[in-house]
Amino acid sequence: MGISQNEQQSISDLVDQYKDLPGALLPLLHAIQGEVGYVPDSAVATIALGLNLSRAEVHGVVSFYHDFKTHPVGRNTVQICRAEACQAMGSRELEAHAKAALGIDYHETTADGNITLEPVYCLGNCACSPSVRVNDDIVARVDSARFNELVANLGGSQ
Amino acid sequence: MRFFIPQDTTALACGAEAAAHALQAAGIEPVRNGSRGMFWLEPLLEVETEQGRLGFGPVSSKDIPSILDALEADASAHSLYLGDVEKIAYLASQQRLTYARAGLGDPVCLDNYQTLKGFKGLKNALSLTGQQIVDQVKDSGLRGRGGAAFPAGIKWQTVLNCDSDQKYIVCNADEGDSGTFADRLVMEADPYQLIEGMTIAGLAVGATQGYIYLRSEYPVAHKLLNIAIERAVEANFLGENIQGSGQTFHLEVRLGAGAYICGEETSLLESLEGKRGMVRAKPPLPAIEGLFGKPTVVNNVLTLAAISTILEQGAETYQNFGMGRSRGTLAIQLAGNIKRGGLIELAFGVTLREVVEDYGQGTYSGRPIRAIQVGGPLGAFLPESQWDTPMDYEAFAAIKAMIGHGGIVVFDDTADMAAQARFAMEFCVVESCGKCTPCRIGSVRGVEVIDRIVANEDRDNNLILLHDLCDTMELGSLCAMGGMTPFPVRSALAHFINDFTGEGKGDN
Ligand SMILES: Cc1cc2nc3c(=O)[nH]c(=O)nc-3n(C[C@H](O)[C@H](O)[C@H](O)COP(=O)(O)O)c2cc1C
Ligand code: SF4
Ligand code: FES
Repeated sequence: MGISQNEQQSISDLVDQYKDLPGALLPLLHAIQGEVGYVPDSAVATIALGLNLSRAEVHGVVSFYHDFKTHPVGRNTVQICRAEACQAMGSRELEAHAKAALGIDYHETTADGNITLEPVYCLGNCACSPSVRVNDDIVARVDSARFNELVANLGGSQ
Repeated sequence: MRFFIPQDTTALACGAEAAAHALQAAGIEPVRNGSRGMFWLEPLLEVETEQGRLGFGPVSSKDIPSILDALEADASAHSLYLGDVEKIAYLASQQRLTYARAGLGDPVCLDNYQTLKGFKGLKNALSLTGQQIVDQVKDSGLRGRGGAAFPAGIKWQTVLNCDSDQKYIVCNADEGDSGTFADRLVMEADPYQLIEGMTIAGLAVGATQGYIYLRSEYPVAHKLLNIAIERAVEANFLGENIQGSGQTFHLEVRLGAGAYICGEETSLLESLEGKRGMVRAKPPLPAIEGLFGKPTVVNNVLTLAAISTILEQGAETYQNFGMGRSRGTLAIQLAGNIKRGGLIELAFGVTLREVVEDYGQGTYSGRPIRAIQVGGPLGAFLPESQWDTPMDYEAFAAIKAMIGHGGIVVFDDTADMAAQARFAMEFCVVESCGKCTPCRIGSVRGVEVIDRIVANEDRDNNLILLHDLCDTMELGSLCAMGGMTPFPVRSALAHFINDFTGEGKGDN
């Protein structure tokens, strides 16, 4: 999967910026993902070189954490809380609705590239569940109707 | 007249931003305070008047004009009027130490913090030796609030006793348990308290660098902590030569990346070092060989926040709260299917029933409560017969349950406890670090076996198999992830077996 020269350049810059930080890898991966949207394969080699790690080590870390993506994601990320307090308030129905409404499963992106759907295990909003996170906004008491509104606010081709 | 609209995650999730905009549209700039933790009332608008801070909630943007009108005439006539917020029984009956400041003002305003006795504990600590600080912590009886309830003073003594060129203070802000938000509320409503507690910890054991390992699911806390740290550095409450004392403490926030297991302290340290969050075998204890192999205090947010109170008010005051070996206050978090969810800080010893019935007022759905899960995803599901258990570490351990981080998740009578047991295993599949077979593979098998039991495939033998599997996980796992996932499963089997066999709802 190709990335642009600009992206490759910003990855190299970020590696330079972070490489002397103690325990640099997670902050660096977050920074790269913030910039590029995911951690491209080609970044792994650059990171490994900069941080003096093997590619396997870098890859091992990327794959261990749920947050890090190895493929491009949608313009928006919608996370549905699957944890117990949200289950007690109907998150199972909500997730079924969300998948049907978007026509995708978890970890997938809508055909127009607008929304990636992800599970999450607790957003700390457990007193007003079910909870959904849309990019950096957390939303309380989300039922099917509220979910449709949230998605409509994100535009896209649906 | 000052107006307050919280900026904590739950208030924002319930529409606080729109309510704040509506006030601005009316020419009023509200103070963005932290939440009081009465989440069922969020967004809670407070108006400072001669009769105290009057509350209205939950408000939406369209309620603002009528509230402003009511304030001109008769505030109490408004349908959302709550009266003096501090007299609301839910709040008034609490014993707030850690959350005494929560909701009072702008959480990142340093002046506000200092007006409310902030940094007094630090100033006291600066006049003490490391050993004297550690002694105070020991005398307070404070036990770790992250779940394992280990005495904080003993951990600190171990780190203090180590001879090392570098030591670390690590705050565990991974708060992964469903039903918990106490750490989040401290970080969002009173972040300086945590900064102060960590700095005191640094002075006590001789550590000059601290890290807050914060879960990435908390973007609001992340933003507020970073602002607070920046301001604390500017005001020289952090950094070199703190308040002219010659002492140094640097603090940095590091984000997790969506792994529940990174709440386990050794996995957390691996993660901070930039590695996969694989659990380490103990010994060595992190207190002796922790972050980058150096002596490290790892404490939960609430443990470190309590340090500020202890150093401010004295060990004796703190340890006067509580029962038995559980001293001080417990941050109870009431969540799930509950009418009045929120943060309830009380001395140890209140019963679960008092919490869910008196504070919580029963379920949100209005249906009967069926099961309560205390202590996160590894905690047992408790049937009604166990709700009179006092909230105390030992009393809960005696019924094979745990207080853990203090989260309470309530389920009504529509809950399918076989599905909940299945989820417990599934969660372990998703979140296991993969180091030990009983946890990694056992949980996968657990999901399959529960599916067979529910589908009535050779049910009796599969029930025996499930118990065997639970034994293997309990005995053969390195940490509580694999070792305690059987707790919710077994409690569901013991008390709600009919959900597995489809024989109606007669609970045991
Ligand atoms: C699977 C697992 C998850 C844990 N998650 C957390 C957590 O999210 N936050 C926390 O403070 N402690 C968590 N702990 C407990 C920590 O390992 C450790 O006991 C704690 O950080 C020590 O701090 P304390 O003594 O102040 O509680 C977890 C433990 C296990 C086994
Ligand atoms: S019990 Fe599970 S999470 Fe804990 S160390 Fe073993 S594999 Fe890792
Ligand atoms: S369980 Fe969903 S927000 Fe906590």
